[in-house]
Amino acid sequence: MAKVLMKGNEALGEAAIRAGCRFFFGYPITPQSELPHYLAKRLPEVGGVFLQAESEVAAINMVYGAAGAGARVMTSSSSPGVSLKMEGISYIAGAELPCVIVNMQRGGPGLGSIQPGQADYFQAVKGGGHGDYRLLVLAPASIQEMVDLMGLAFALADKYRNPVMILGDGTLGQMMEPVEFPEMLDPEKLPQKPWAAQGAKGREPNIINSLYLNPLELEDHNLKLQAKYTQMAAEETRSESYYTDDADIVLVGYGSSARVCKAAVDQARQQGIKAGLFRPITLFPFPKAEIQAACRQAKAVLTVEMSMGQLVEDVRYNLEFRVPVHFYGRAGGMVPTTRAVVSKITELVQEGGRSA
Amino acid sequence: MITVFEKPKSLTPAKTHYCPGCTHGIIHRLVAEVIDELGVREETIGIAPVGCSVLAYNYFNVDMYEAAHGRAPAVATGIKRVHPDKVVFTYQGDGDLAAIGTAEIIHAAARGEKITTIFVNNAIYGMTGGQMAPTTLIGQTATTAPNGRDPEVQGYPIRMSEILATMPGAAYIARVSVHNPQEVAKAKKAIKTAFQVQLERKGFAMVEVLSSCPTNWGLTPLKALEWLKDNMIPYYPLGVQKAPEEVKA
Amino acid sequence: MLKVEFDEERCKGCELCKAACPKGIIVMADHLNSMGFYPATVIDQDSCISCAFCARMCPDVVITVRREEKNHG
Repeated sequence: MAKVLMKGNEALGEAAIRAGCRFFFGYPITPQSELPHYLAKRLPEVGGVFLQAESEVAAINMVYGAAGAGARVMTSSSSPGVSLKMEGISYIAGAELPCVIVNMQRGGPGLGSIQPGQADYFQAVKGGGHGDYRLLVLAPASIQEMVDLMGLAFALADKYRNPVMILGDGTLGQMMEPVEFPEMLDPEKLPQKPWAAQGAKGREPNIINSLYLNPLELEDHNLKLQAKYTQMAAEETRSESYYTDDADIVLVGYGSSARVCKAAVDQARQQGIKAGLFRPITLFPFPKAEIQAACRQAKAVLTVEMSMGQLVEDVRYNLEFRVPVHFYGRAGGMVPTTRAVVSKITELVQEGGRSA
Repeated sequence: MITVFEKPKSLTPAKTHYCPGCTHGIIHRLVAEVIDELGVREETIGIAPVGCSVLAYNYFNVDMYEAAHGRAPAVATGIKRVHPDKVVFTYQGDGDLAAIGTAEIIHAAARGEKITTIFVNNAIYGMTGGQMAPTTLIGQTATTAPNGRDPEVQGYPIRMSEILATMPGAAYIARVSVHNPQEVAKAKKAIKTAFQVQLERKGFAMVEVLSSCPTNWGLTPLKALEWLKDNMIPYYPLGVQKAPEEVKA
Repeated sequence: MLKVEFDEERCKGCELCKAACPKGIIVMADHLNSMGFYPATVIDQDSCISCAFCARMCPDVVITVRREEKNHG
């Protein structure tokens, strides 16, 4: 397959098509709009449906309808729009429906900004809407990885009958890198979904529902959902460890922040500082065993985010507070610079004694 | 002996949770009779959002969705776009369609979604305990309008059929009632037309059915139907607001 | 076979059928059903003209209506 230079948002759209997705319901919002623009052209070419809804609330409910009807379906938005979709996402998780939700994060809170951000981390990994449910959250850090994770997202959504979120940010959406696409999956050849609502022909009616007025039944339903999340934690964690084997200080970051951290690790190494990077790719389920392994010999951990500190809490939690975890973040759409991260590293290393 | 009236196949045997004399039960049966008569039970997918009829998935013997309050037309849009050859209907109350779901119903009609909406207007929120609805009449009391609806404070009741009839995408809009056997027959005819308009892919179809709420109106089932006739029909006139040419006859 | 048959266990005693019957032959029974309602019933089956107005007005699909076949010649 030939490589092609492509913008992140558009690559996500093409990757969804290659994954057999034929339905998109969305609403305009910067910095993800190139994705709907791309699919508005592309989906009709492959016999799919692109529909711009009257609001994000309507869009996520169209996804609920299409997913319950058995289709591979997606939506995309950015921070404020994703907040509007929270009730719908809770329904989708409660009714055990597969779909893919893209959030190209931007500065917040409120209207915030249109520059990149990572301040929706809590919302993404802790469920976001009402009730005990989780989204499987994938965090790409390159355009190729966005393409690969989109295919994975649809596969995992169907495997677990659960919504999957691709958590990016404005930088990843707007930048261009060469990418390679997988072969096209034929939606007709995807596994059948006997539970879907397609007309009760020769069977009892299927019901797409998240209402359980009997509390015992709803508790059992919750236990069933939790079992999925336990299985996800056992089978689906993904991460990248970069120069962590002998690292005195391990940086932790996802998405665009991880790219900055990688450059900072390289520079620190040149200055004789044994730095490394741990990059979670699945934010839920959090790669706990992997981060513990990566930080086994670290004297300090530095979490770098485009937020006021959210991932850092889960890093401390998953490292069980066995190593001091520091935080460096920019917010409002500001992007951390490599120089600033390197100076933070040297500052921490001096405090903790020079690394040999 | 030949049977002239029996339970339609498109209703399950389940007893409903509706209050005694609540005309939701009649409307459910009319929809089911129409689905039977059109022979589309195995092709039909229904959506019932939050409201008294949220449990409709227990009563319609077809594939059913329970949807978020106000969002059934959006859910139906998603389904119809995936299965353009299936029959898709929403069954919504007045709080659902005319309050929280106003945008969804207007845009479904604006897009000319080829779905059928059954809009049950009983001028009150039933399930949650008698609150004022967008269709609550002036002077009508409700738990959130204890001294009766006052236009100065709560504005005026909304006539959704007339509003939607202005939409080019709307192919058939009618308002009917079920307060006596003759009106029930007319209501069924309108509901059947609304489903046929969908089968003929003419566009969006909606039947607004004036319905009673004995419990929250504080009336006996029979008195409630009389109240409906004397108070709701003057404000919500019955009739066809919009229809494709050949159906107009 | 009865011309008009009431599934008493489904009836909620709302009396809409009673008001709809043009022959006025629907009465509420004097016993309770398992839900605690006095179900509707018809004693005088002969007067029933099988118009099904009662069934049309019944919200709970309690009533089945039959008609004698007219045997032509």
